[in-house]
Amino acid sequence: MRRLNVPAGLGGWIWLAIIIIPVYYVVITSLKTQSGYFGQNPLALPAQPTLENYQMVLEADFAKYFLNSTIVTLGAVIPTVLISFMAAFAIVRGKGRFLKLVNGMFLMGLAIPLQATIIPIYLMIIRLNLYDSLLALMLPSIAFAIPLTVLILSNFIRDVPNELFESMRLDGCSEWQTMWRLALPLTRPAIVTVAIYNGLHVWNGFLLPLVLTQSPELRVLPLALWTFQGEYSVNIPAVLASVVLSTLPILVLYVVGRRQLLSGLTAGFSK
Amino acid sequence: MSNAVSTARKTAPTSARTDAGQNGQRNAALAWLTVPALFFFLAFAVVPLAGVLILSFTSWDGIGAIGSAGMSNWFSVLADPGLYNALGLTFLIMIASWLVQTPISLLLGVFTAGSQRYRAALAVLYFLPLLLSSAAVAIAFKALLDPNFGLATGLGLPFLAQDWLGVPHLALGLVIFVIAWQFVPFHTLIYQGGVRQIPKSLYEAAEIDGAGTIKQFFHITLPQLKYTIITSSTLMVVGSLTYFDLIFVLTGGGPGNSTRILALDMYLRGFRANLMGPASVIAVILVLIGLALALFLQRLGGKDKQGSQLEGM
Repeated sequence: MRRLNVPAGLGGWIWLAIIIIPVYYVVITSLKTQSGYFGQNPLALPAQPTLENYQMVLEADFAKYFLNSTIVTLGAVIPTVLISFMAAFAIVRGKGRFLKLVNGMFLMGLAIPLQATIIPIYLMIIRLNLYDSLLALMLPSIAFAIPLTVLILSNFIRDVPNELFESMRLDGCSEWQTMWRLALPLTRPAIVTVAIYNGLHVWNGFLLPLVLTQSPELRVLPLALWTFQGEYSVNIPAVLASVVLSTLPILVLYVVGRRQLLSGLTAGFSK
Repeated sequence: MSNAVSTARKTAPTSARTDAGQNGQRNAALAWLTVPALFFFLAFAVVPLAGVLILSFTSWDGIGAIGSAGMSNWFSVLADPGLYNALGLTFLIMIASWLVQTPISLLLGVFTAGSQRYRAALAVLYFLPLLLSSAAVAIAFKALLDPNFGLATGLGLPFLAQDWLGVPHLALGLVIFVIAWQFVPFHTLIYQGGVRQIPKSLYEAAEIDGAGTIKQFFHITLPQLKYTIITSSTLMVVGSLTYFDLIFVLTGGGPGNSTRILALDMYLRGFRANLMGPASVIAVILVLIGLALALFLQRLGGKDKQGSQLEGM
């Protein structure tokens, strides 16, 4: 297997160029002045690197949008993981028609493009007086994330050896205690994985904020990017600075915990 | 994934000694644990799903009162050439995306699963697009494709200086390319995982038999990846129904209606034209297509009794 594979290597470098050139362009352009953008070769390093675009983006309330995105992401992911874990535990440990039905329903949920339900969700959110609030973004996000989260967590809970459950039972522990004291610690890596997967989806989500919020002060980052590029379409360096800024937290996560993040991204599709 | 599925089916037998009453109590206690998840899923997924069907028989402008419309939305949408344009585009983008992304992802998955160090280093960079939101990707490519201040000038390649967003077939090609740019890394990751599960002994045996790299790829890697291919394809195909945000920010469905896929058509009818009834008709069609595709792909991989691909999603 150690032979030099020239075509594979060549293909690998070509794909690298396809991926890296756009990223490189975005980063260097965000550091250029307006005159640099219009005057220099687009792929040349900035002649006078500047952070003024970033300053401008931050002054356009990006800290606020950042906070909104963080609130929505945490507010959606924590409940999702918690209640999905409980459901997954019950589905794995219990028997009976009810639990089978619940499991079957969640599996169905995987096949349905839930974005198609956006109109009734919009109607419900209005009727619940939640239109234009961050809570409006969390509730459907939780519902959308449950099926896959339950599926993945139940696959991991099934891997816990049955003897451990038996010994908990013989010690007189209730299912509730068994869940928190045995299943939770043993499935912690899976929980981190699904939390990351769901977190990225909520963080990058666009349709729910687009439809369910309106006020500028409630914008989350992807929506803010979109409105920003509409307002500042003449100032491309600033628009691209906003792109870089909105990705920065996830990039930091990637650098710190690449393995964890990547396994979270496929959420056990290739466990 | 086939691994995860097989463990899923190995449900351990519960102890036969526990008597029925105790078991019943236990199951009741366990059933309660599903209630919170069930509540959210019913309230914000199942109810809306039923709601979208009901709304397809009503007329509503998004603000005022909701009135009954009978079958009129269905008749008008089904008679609207816009629907068939959107349907055709949805399937075109779906198939083209599959044809572009599958070979690239598969080869990159095999490539990055290799043990050479430079491959691992390249993989770190390959996965960067996964971190970006669709909005960010679309905005970046719009800037990149500027005929004067973008890639065409930067690389000195005049053929890149096209009116990408202004000419229908160019916009469509661009959409397919950008979708691939964004999603190939995800599928590469899936294939990389699949390749790593192939037993090393198969390759060692092939090596002894004198099979070269290409033979090994076609006789070991590819057949061993069957279930990975089905999982990845299912995600790709069902996922393609929801490329809404990328196309919305990149082209807005234009020029004209040349990139107006179903999901976008639904949004524009509902929230721009304020015709929630007809938009709900499109949504119902979207759900039906999603279900049909998932079932079809599940059947495709269904020869193996344990390999329910729905579970692989």
